[in-house]
Amino acid sequence: MRSYFSKLFTGAWSLIVGLKVTIKAMFSPIVTCQYPREKLEVTPNYRGHIDLVKFADTGTHKCITCGSCMRECPSDCIVVDGEKREGVKGKALTVFTLNFTKCSLCGACVEVCPTKALDYSDEYELAGFARTDFHYDLLKRVEERE
Amino acid sequence: MVVAAVCGAVIVFGNALVMGYAERKLAGHIMLRPGPMEVGPHGLYQLVIDGLKLMGKQLVIPKNADKPLFMLAPLLAFAPVFVPLLVIPFSDKIQGFDLDVGLLLILAFASINVLAILIGGWSSNNKYSLFGAIRSVAQNVAYEIPMLLSLLAIIFMTNSFSLKEIAAAQSPVWFVIIQPLAFLIYIVAMVAETNRAPFDLPEAESELTAGFHTEYSGMSFSLFVLGEYANMFIVCSVATVFFLGGDSGIPLPYFEYSGIIWFLMKVYALMFFLVWIRWTYPRTRFDQLMNFCWKYLIPFSLVNLLITVVMVKLL
Amino acid sequence: MSMNVEVLEDDKHHRYVLNMGPQHPSTHGVLRVLLELEGEYAMNLLPVLGYGHRCHEKIAEFKPAKSFMPNTARMDYLGALIYNHGFAQLLERACGIEVPERVEYIRVITSELNRIQSHLLWYGAYLLDLGAFTPIMYAFDDREHILDILEDVTGSRLTYCYFRVGGVSKDIDDKFVTSTRAFVKRLRGRFPMYEDLVNGNVILQNRLIDIGELTPQTCARYGVTGPLLRGTGVAYDIRRAEPYSIYSKFDFEIPTETKGDCMASFLVRFRELEQSLRIIEQALDSLPEGPIMAAKVPKKLKIPAGDYNSSVEAPRGELSYYLVSDGSDVPYRLKVRTPSYSNLSIVPEVCQGMLISDVVSAMGSLDLVIPEIDR
Repeated sequence: MRSYFSKLFTGAWSLIVGLKVTIKAMFSPIVTCQYPREKLEVTPNYRGHIDLVKFADTGTHKCITCGSCMRECPSDCIVVDGEKREGVKGKALTVFTLNFTKCSLCGACVEVCPTKALDYSDEYELAGFARTDFHYDLLKRVEERE
Repeated sequence: MVVAAVCGAVIVFGNALVMGYAERKLAGHIMLRPGPMEVGPHGLYQLVIDGLKLMGKQLVIPKNADKPLFMLAPLLAFAPVFVPLLVIPFSDKIQGFDLDVGLLLILAFASINVLAILIGGWSSNNKYSLFGAIRSVAQNVAYEIPMLLSLLAIIFMTNSFSLKEIAAAQSPVWFVIIQPLAFLIYIVAMVAETNRAPFDLPEAESELTAGFHTEYSGMSFSLFVLGEYANMFIVCSVATVFFLGGDSGIPLPYFEYSGIIWFLMKVYALMFFLVWIRWTYPRTRFDQLMNFCWKYLIPFSLVNLLITVVMVKLL
Repeated sequence: MSMNVEVLEDDKHHRYVLNMGPQHPSTHGVLRVLLELEGEYAMNLLPVLGYGHRCHEKIAEFKPAKSFMPNTARMDYLGALIYNHGFAQLLERACGIEVPERVEYIRVITSELNRIQSHLLWYGAYLLDLGAFTPIMYAFDDREHILDILEDVTGSRLTYCYFRVGGVSKDIDDKFVTSTRAFVKRLRGRFPMYEDLVNGNVILQNRLIDIGELTPQTCARYGVTGPLLRGTGVAYDIRRAEPYSIYSKFDFEIPTETKGDCMASFLVRFRELEQSLRIIEQALDSLPEGPIMAAKVPKKLKIPAGDYNSSVEAPRGELSYYLVSDGSDVPYRLKVRTPSYSNLSIVPEVCQGMLISDVVSAMGSLDLVIPEIDR
């Protein structure tokens, strides 16, 4: 008999305590951000898709077309090709495409590049209507970037 | 009479608009987020647009569903809410009908909701809906008893079923102070009758994927929702009339119908409480719900009734 | 008192089959459970797996072993760093690579943050199954802080590919240390709120106590590990039983309960949050300086022929990798023993004769992540 009443009172008290927590939360400031009207600052270390880095001293990329990134990639999404041009030591880069639909953002390509020519971009608002929207031509992107 | 019916319709739809918006905003703030913000300033027009959207949706009827019953269920959930609104005294001058047996009318029409849920769940030809319907029948039938017993205590004190007389009989002191136990029992039974959390097993989202209204879309679904909000309004109004003094309060100067403002404030305070507990507690298990009714609510309400009868006889 | 109902002999014709299909709000992921119901009692339960099978173990046979690292994160997206850790450890043991001490500390700190994040998500989602809509928001609010901290270091929010064979890919800085300390303080201050709102709530206690009682013998038969096993009283945690990395240097308790029901595993997981916070604090206090990559890691990692094993304590139980190598850099066979697979297998026995609401409660307390069952 006593447990009947004690269960009732402890149960009722626990319910009231729970109500106090929610009413306190109701008057607390909100913690969400009204995207897309307000945007949060993304950390510069965010791992977006890779991009060729435009170096200030040469004004262009430093890729030497060694193909290490293509070999290291576990998902086979990078295609690097170059051709031999006269007067230029080594190969000149002609094709550098990334198939972002297969990329698993592992970072192996960035880490293995001998000239540190690749880095992550910070684009996160990626949406498209076709898969080809995510086949990036990184050479064109580095040339068009200011 | 026609005026009363039109006012009833205005109340039902207006209440759904206000309550729907308030529920979503309050739920948002409890969860530390703002709720609807896009449509209109701070999301004020959200419910209007939602209503238009639901009206424009295609009414999908499952292949093997019992078609006449399937279409009948939302109407049965929605139509009976107009009649109880006629007998509720919004103020001492505003009332559709002053019926001698006002309370019985309200309780009778509230029970039709059970039939609507059962028909909806059965005719959907869906095992999940059937579950929701069966649970709802047992739950509603069981919780009508403490509801009635706690109100009976008040009726013994005032000797009348008419809502207007009960509201008027609370002039010196509200009945919530004299009968706090009946008030608590009525609040719990009220939550269970309207199928709101923590007793919302008929439409338990995470177990039954929307329970009895799984198969309904568009206008049929919105009729269920309108019926639910109107039901909430009705049971909260009954609680206000019986326990919180109806329309009594400090009379505002130069305004003859000031009683209605106090009445609505009290009703919406109770509705706020209903929204508050919905977003705080988890769901009870079905047999625990029934145990709670039979083992806790009914004995306490019977004891309360006995004490009331003895006190009324002595005083 | 247990709610399980006895099976009657000639009652089969009253039963009907309800399909808690691959799309259901409370089977976390694409799990399908065929319930043979009698009224509301689940008499026979049959989990149907395979809806999320992505052939990870077969993929491992085609790629060089160290390229498999992103796949480990996809198997259990909630405990990604711990899966990374297990795999990195496996290859380091196989090739005999010694990692620097700073690397071990970084791995432990980030793994424990990952464990806290996984438990917080489980907490919120479990309560969402039971019908409480707000605790998930509070848990996710806390979880966002962890995700921001880890995003700053690893670059991703959920499926991390941060550990490498021989080290980690990026060093942690002072900002990480200060924000982690601030987070530890913040989460400790939130525990009373969770106790008030959730753990003490009478409705929740009625839903969890005495449901799905496990015994240590049942756990041993099915190979159940993790918080479920610790809820039955067996204090088995790989971080203590077979210490890996530098867990032997830290002072932390292994929370256990005795009853073995849903409430027991619930409380064990909740208390593990505090223990993980203790480990993080101790690791931050004694973080050494040093390199973040081992000295000589060959680019083409040839694994000597033989069998290798590595076990770690994932948030759900014991995670083991078993590698069979034939001497090249591509493994011959990689087997991943995931904890949720064994945890799920108790469902037909333990949940027999329960009400549907109890089946939902019991399955939620198992903390299943279906992608790691199907791999």
